[in-house]
Amino acid sequence: MHLLEILSWLILALPLAAFAVQMAVGARLPRYGDFISIGAISLSLVFCLLVFFRVIVLEYSPDYVFAVSYPWFSGGSIEFRWGFYIDNVTAFMLVVVGVVSTLVHIYSVGYMHGEENYHRFFAYLGLFSFSMFLLVLCDNLFTLYIAWELVGVSSYLLIGFYYTKHSAANACIKAFLTTRVGDVFMFLGILLLVLYTGQLAYHDVFNAVAHGEISGTVLTIAIVCLFGGAVGKSAQFPLHVWLPDAMEGPTPVSALIHAATMVAAGVYMVGRMFPMFSQSAEAMLVIAYIGLITAFFAATIAITQNDIKRVLAYSTISQLGYMVTALGVGAYTAGLYHLMTHAFFKALLFLCSGSVIHAAHTQDMREMGGLRKKMPITFATMLIGTLAIAGVPFFSGFGSKDAIMAGALAFGSEHGAHMTIFIGLFVAAGMTAFYMFRLIFMTFYGESRNQHSYDHAHESPASMTVPLLILAVLSIAGGFGLYGGLWFNHLVVPPALQEAAHAAAEHGGEHGGAHGEAWIHYGAMGLSIFVAALGIFLSWVVYGVKWISAEKTAAAIRPIYQLSFNKYYVDEFYQKIVIAFVLWIRKVLAAFDRIVIDGIVNLTAPLMRGGATFSGGFDHYVVDGVLNLGALIVQAAGSVSVMLQNGVIQSYILKAAIAAAVILVVHQYIQFWL
Amino acid sequence: MDALLPSLLFYAFAGVILGSAAFTAFARDIVHAAFSLLFTFFGLACLYLYLGADFVGLSQVVIYVGGILVLLLFGVMFTGHQTQETEKRTVNFYWGLALIALLGAGMVPALLKAPWAVKSAAELPEAKSTISSIATLLMTDYLLPFEIASLLLLMALIGAVVIARGETKTDEGESPETSA
Amino acid sequence: MTIGIEHYLVVSLVLFLLGLFIVVTHRNGVRILMGVELILNSANLNFVAFNRYMPDSALSGNVFAIFVIILAAAEAVVALAIVLAVYQQFSTIHMDEISNMKH
Repeated sequence: MHLLEILSWLILALPLAAFAVQMAVGARLPRYGDFISIGAISLSLVFCLLVFFRVIVLEYSPDYVFAVSYPWFSGGSIEFRWGFYIDNVTAFMLVVVGVVSTLVHIYSVGYMHGEENYHRFFAYLGLFSFSMFLLVLCDNLFTLYIAWELVGVSSYLLIGFYYTKHSAANACIKAFLTTRVGDVFMFLGILLLVLYTGQLAYHDVFNAVAHGEISGTVLTIAIVCLFGGAVGKSAQFPLHVWLPDAMEGPTPVSALIHAATMVAAGVYMVGRMFPMFSQSAEAMLVIAYIGLITAFFAATIAITQNDIKRVLAYSTISQLGYMVTALGVGAYTAGLYHLMTHAFFKALLFLCSGSVIHAAHTQDMREMGGLRKKMPITFATMLIGTLAIAGVPFFSGFGSKDAIMAGALAFGSEHGAHMTIFIGLFVAAGMTAFYMFRLIFMTFYGESRNQHSYDHAHESPASMTVPLLILAVLSIAGGFGLYGGLWFNHLVVPPALQEAAHAAAEHGGEHGGAHGEAWIHYGAMGLSIFVAALGIFLSWVVYGVKWISAEKTAAAIRPIYQLSFNKYYVDEFYQKIVIAFVLWIRKVLAAFDRIVIDGIVNLTAPLMRGGATFSGGFDHYVVDGVLNLGALIVQAAGSVSVMLQNGVIQSYILKAAIAAAVILVVHQYIQFWL
Repeated sequence: MDALLPSLLFYAFAGVILGSAAFTAFARDIVHAAFSLLFTFFGLACLYLYLGADFVGLSQVVIYVGGILVLLLFGVMFTGHQTQETEKRTVNFYWGLALIALLGAGMVPALLKAPWAVKSAAELPEAKSTISSIATLLMTDYLLPFEIASLLLLMALIGAVVIARGETKTDEGESPETSA
Repeated sequence: MTIGIEHYLVVSLVLFLLGLFIVVTHRNGVRILMGVELILNSANLNFVAFNRYMPDSALSGNVFAIFVIILAAAEAVVALAIVLAVYQQFSTIHMDEISNMKH
């Protein structure tokens, strides 16, 4: 066996084994077995790093691919195989998932300390890690779908971890059902692809697409359907409503699943399918605009939220929108790069917010303030994360965001009509800086607005702060991927098929940023620095030194503020749709009642009256007769069915045998007579 | 004249089988019915021998007569031979008669009409002993079913003990089963 | 008159019908088991008779008959155990009185 094959198996097996052990005997182990989960995931991380070392450092080639597949089962004309597919993107994703997952495991020891069902929490984390690794490693659509649903299930379990809490129970159901909507589309897309190409493995499908076995409208539909899965999982508009509610789960879960890894699965999937997606310009445009709408609107919502985790949730949605847009405009490298950097700094931000919540015992930012002195490590690391997401130079978010902007600008300069994408992203970047610093100012600066919780606030234990520090380092270091030798750029190039190469190039790919025209690159860079600075400055003016009153501004633009504060009423809109649908059904039934039933009644009444003029008794007999007849029929049917179901087995045998005999006799003698 | 004696033998066996089976079906006393079943099984064994299936015939005698019939008699004894003369023995008696009449009427013409791919009695080969051939078959072609059958018998044995023992709890070897 | 396959089939059919009659009409559980044994025996008679009369008689019919006998033995043992358990539980072996599974 190849080394990578062994490593892949181990990476998958360890978290799964941890899950099994924790579920089975976790409650009876010392420390509820958390060391087992942490040991397993740490070993997995080591193996992930080995894969990374083997693939990235030793090979250092843009088109290195390791693939192995095993027969699974065959159905009809399709032989199902499953296997591992490891290229540079896989290696990067493995490290991201492994690092964040391990750190969240360690962090959870501190955060979940003393919680009920502590071992179950770690079991679910193990299940999630396994599913996520499988999703990253697998080589075909079918396994992808299975892993996709598995992460969905573990997300469901973890959101609803506090299942006794009503809102958490509702939130996990909402998350599961909302993502299901997307998953159904994704399944349809997979079915379409299998139907037309007869293939399941990524590369066979891509080859079939390249050879035109599926093309035109059907391909576009299949791609948009597949993207529907990503819309659900990556919380893109219009299926983004579940992610903010998913913050009901424990904060480590929010960091792991709903910020760093699972929600990025949609982006990863689009990246994996990129050779196919790039075949359909229409589909790519749809993807770009969905991403843009998501990035923009989520950013506007984040400005007005007061719950610290909700701000981060909307910022996650917004950043995912960035990634999707990047892939949509063909900036493949930039999109995946942002996926990686975002995983680190967003996990960092969530874990910091968890630390804050742990200390302040509230999630409402209006209750916080001045925590800077109480929690210096949390403050410093969170500031680093904020600087990264705001796109300040020398932090990781700057590089990736800048690359996306450059891609969008290149796309816009080629297709003038779609300059909107760049402008939208540009404005959203400014808003990102604004709302993130609003969070920092409201939480850590000023004086406390709740003296009681301020007095009890304290720095979190080491098991929580150490992961923060590691992630903070990664949030800075991740930024040197593009600038320190451009190695990410070198290794992750848009996978283009021979025939597809032209189409992808025409589409104005990512190379606008890397070796395209210089003005695009520097223009985008300059603009993004400017807009980030502007956002931070405005935030400082409003929330830092309070030259402008936030309340007065909000009052001045009250309608817009209300719109944003209420998240554009999307939830209410869905509520209305559901209710309207139910009402509609009710109305149809009522109409049936009114027209058909009442009609019959109304029709019989004159007839009866007419009959009564002929003979008084006739009416009586007909109505009563019909009623009695109906009653008799019902009674007879009832007694017959009672007879059939008398509970005596022998009579059942008798009836079955008589039925068989009757069939036999009829069959025999009809043949005789004919 | 040659064929007359074998034919008569067949009719005699068939008469014994069906007569005793009918007695089993219609007898009032269950012990009589069980003993009547003895003749049915013996008659069938003779019919098997008549068909040249010596091993099946012998197995029939050993297992059915020696095993199952005794078991049935035990069942009769254990469940109390208590049915009074006045008590109703059957349910749906006439429905049952109608059923078998109907089924017979449907099946007799069917199996008489069917074009069976068989040889006529005249061209049947001479019957030889089947025992060694069956032994070879059981150890070669039917080895897996044979082994599974042995497993099945073991499971039936254990299952029967577990079921029939009922609710008697066994505490530290006090139960009669473990001491036996 | 020579004996053909039809003779055996008719005997087997009548045996089967008698067994079915017992199963359907008798109330006593042990009697019902006797009916089941008759049904199994009628099937066995078919196996053996066809084995004799089929052109290529490779003794498969005989082997199947033996397996049926094995099965019948296992069935009889378990079924009698169940009848005994039912008798302990309900103090009756009249199968039409045991209708607790109704609904």
